[in-house]
Amino acid sequence: MRAYIAGRLAAAVLVILGVSVVSFVLTFLTGDPAEIMLPPGATAAQIAKFRADWGFDDPLFVQYWRFLRRAVHGDFGTSLRHGQPSLPLIAARLPATFQLTVTAMLLAIALAVPLGVLAAMRRGGPMDLLAMAVALVGQSVPNFWLAIMMILLFAVSWGLLPTSGRGGIAHVVMPAAAIAINLMALLTRLVRSTMIEMLSEDYVRTARAKGLRELFVTSRHALPNALIPLVTVVGLQFGYILGGAVVIETIFTWPGVGLFTIQAILNRDYPVVQASVFILASAVVLINLAVDLLYVWLDPRIRVT
Amino acid sequence: MNLARRSPLAGAGALVVGLVIVAALAAPLLATTDPVDQDLAVALKPPFWTPDGTLEHPLGTDHLGRDVYSRVIYGARISLVISVLAAFLGAVVGVAAGLVAGYLGGRVDTLIMRLADLNLAFPLILLALAVVALLGANLKNLVIVMAITTWMIYARVVRGLSLGLREREFVQAARALGAHDARIIARHVLPNVLAPVMVVWTLEVARIILMESALSFLGLGVPPPTPTWGRMLAEGRDYLTVAGWIAVFPGLAILFTVLGINFLGDGLRDLLDPRLRRQT
Repeated sequence: MRAYIAGRLAAAVLVILGVSVVSFVLTFLTGDPAEIMLPPGATAAQIAKFRADWGFDDPLFVQYWRFLRRAVHGDFGTSLRHGQPSLPLIAARLPATFQLTVTAMLLAIALAVPLGVLAAMRRGGPMDLLAMAVALVGQSVPNFWLAIMMILLFAVSWGLLPTSGRGGIAHVVMPAAAIAINLMALLTRLVRSTMIEMLSEDYVRTARAKGLRELFVTSRHALPNALIPLVTVVGLQFGYILGGAVVIETIFTWPGVGLFTIQAILNRDYPVVQASVFILASAVVLINLAVDLLYVWLDPRIRVT
Repeated sequence: MNLARRSPLAGAGALVVGLVIVAALAAPLLATTDPVDQDLAVALKPPFWTPDGTLEHPLGTDHLGRDVYSRVIYGARISLVISVLAAFLGAVVGVAAGLVAGYLGGRVDTLIMRLADLNLAFPLILLALAVVALLGANLKNLVIVMAITTWMIYARVVRGLSLGLREREFVQAARALGAHDARIIARHVLPNVLAPVMVVWTLEVARIILMESALSFLGLGVPPPTPTWGRMLAEGRDYLTVAGWIAVFPGLAILFTVLGINFLGDGLRDLLDPRLRRQT
């Protein structure tokens, strides 16, 4: 048990180190940052000074070591665009992204669980068909297109919801729904298939034989076990959800890390891109680690082995 | 035919995919006008079934007077070319990595699987965006970047399968006869992983189409004037209030293409390898 946790922790640390290498290397995929950041017609002396000031002249491994040492201290360099340290710029936008992704996850779960359960209870029935249709279309619909169609309908035509920015609950509905759709499709499928499996287990038959009502059997005996894989899948999907947030935030000008990062990418603001890629990827690693540990706690069968 | 009889959904998927391939191949014949031709005189014309629409521009025109229908037809080309090539490139790398990891095991296995974990840790679209922005958005770079986001899926599937195959009698027999590892992998292990790889390949093509159109939507796809579904959507976004159709049709094109490929992939899986039937 302890060895398992230690092993997972060590693997997570390794992956995060790898993440740091990749975020660092991103900067060097292109030519010379000096040429991009300085105004055209800069003199050779100006370019040399810029390179020296930002440390672009040192050998790569020296630059990486410096990057890593500073990163550990929370220093990802100064945004070339904003002239401020990049980490606080990103940290300030994390709550908005957190709000959006968590809302999307909760929304997906809240819709997928009842739909999947009802589908499993009456296989081949109308709810089952609906669930399968939702699952099939939901996994194929481009979320950014759905976002635009929602804007067209709920904002432009009916004027019900705001199209951009962050404010009350009304602001979060459309972006969260757009991010949730793909996850919801996946979860509906998952809940349906695990519930079908659980409902044929011996302990469910026993519960039914005891004369318990079907609702009770489903909700108290089968459902809790069916929800265990849900936790893993939601955790594993966190990277995709964050990716979805990156795209959807730009559509709704949601003031989160995604929008900020896209702007930084388009402006070639390396310190911000580095910091953001590093932080988001590390967040995915940590969430996956947390899910692994949560799983041990949720499913006693793993604890024994 | 056989596929269609066994699974109507897969048959429908194959039909849609066939149509999209025909659209891409025969785009010059099917398109009513040149997709990049601008004609401001007919800018923002609605689709033909509305009072102001004409059959000359069946799905209307955009803000520059370009024909939406022709652009949707031509847009199939970029989506298919990038997704098929990237899924193939990713498959070659991923299958090789998975075979080596699963068959040889040991440190090589650990190394390859850690790399796959590392790759999976990144929000893939963010990684793709950053790399494309830095390398420059063109067809070649997009294919490479998409391949980077897909190879580890194959690697994981193939590794799992070859772990099992390694212990099977026919592989043991080949080894006992003195065959080299490389020969065993190529002649005995590889053929047995190809069917599941086909299934993964199909589903990955669908995922890459979604990702490519998202990149294109964000302005980091194949540069203009080449019509892409993602960029059409982005352009249509600015005219939502006056000309919603500019954004509606390319989105529908993406939706139906991806839906068709997913149907086909699900059907193929059931047909080729029932063991792989999706749990979720």
